[in-house]
Amino acid sequence: MSLEEKQVIKMQIRDGFIAGSPIVVGYLPIAIAYGVLAKQAGMTLMELTGMSLLVYAGAAQFMGAGMIGLGVSALEIIIATFVLNFRHFVMSLSFINQIKQYAMKWKFGLSLGLTDETFSVSSIYKKQGNQAYGYFFYGTIMLTSYLSWVLGSFLGGVLGDIIPQNLSQSMGVALYAMFIGLLIPSIRKYKRIAIISIAAMLINYIVSPYIGDGWGIVVGTVLGACIGIFVLEEEKL
Amino acid sequence: MMIWVIIIGMALVTVIPRIIPAFIVDFIQFPDWVNKWLQAIPYAALGALIFPGIMTVVPDQPYIGVAAGIVAILLAWLRIHVILVVLSAILTVFLLTI
Repeated sequence: MSLEEKQVIKMQIRDGFIAGSPIVVGYLPIAIAYGVLAKQAGMTLMELTGMSLLVYAGAAQFMGAGMIGLGVSALEIIIATFVLNFRHFVMSLSFINQIKQYAMKWKFGLSLGLTDETFSVSSIYKKQGNQAYGYFFYGTIMLTSYLSWVLGSFLGGVLGDIIPQNLSQSMGVALYAMFIGLLIPSIRKYKRIAIISIAAMLINYIVSPYIGDGWGIVVGTVLGACIGIFVLEEEKL
Repeated sequence: MMIWVIIIGMALVTVIPRIIPAFIVDFIQFPDWVNKWLQAIPYAALGALIFPGIMTVVPDQPYIGVAAGIVAILLAWLRIHVILVVLSAILTVFLLTI
């Protein structure tokens, strides 16, 4: 590998850290809160950290830990998790299609790290991904997010509530603000994107009281994107 | 023991939908409209992830989340970096809840 190539890889990793940093800010307090809740639900430190290592899905872990505390059956918890996390299938389909040109091992490895947040950041920062060694950029985003989630859960389990309550409540807005911070520049560049996002918001808002938050996001995303088929112009994407 | 069965079950039903696309995308030639649909998904997903979830930041006071969201929209529109957008939204909620 030439010196120049090493330089490119280094830059992709650095950009990955920068792009992933809002996810870390958002994940740490939520992961700590999860660790505290899971401990209260009667899980051991090993179990609650193990859940973060193996499941790696925020909302589902809160739900799972809560249901374990209530003594709900394993099958019910697993089915509820499937429903809640099925949205990642749609997101993964979109992301993998975007990185079609990558080798199989990268597609596989990166898809393991896909969450709402890593998907959002990765699909908005397409430019770095399409450059040489783009998988180092995405890999850095996935890995830092994963590690901050696992570390935060562990800390929550060991130390308990280390962040004052009103600060941790305030930090709960972090990921929503990040989603906004990712979406607005795209809309600024191409206004028609707003039609898709607003449609998805409204659809989710209308249907989620009836079918639950998990399916609400799936239906909002799938149908909102269908509107995109009609309003987006190929050459502007 | 039962908890580990639950964790492994949860892990499997979470990871399988995540990885399936990695194995199928190579073998399918999507028509143009499907490609367009796939390209629109991030924007739709962002919309669905933001709203109505943002209203639950302070569960009994939904307007606080909305206010922080408006701050985030304005700053992002002014091309402020996403990290500062995030920190400003956190500060907004913090100030509205003290």
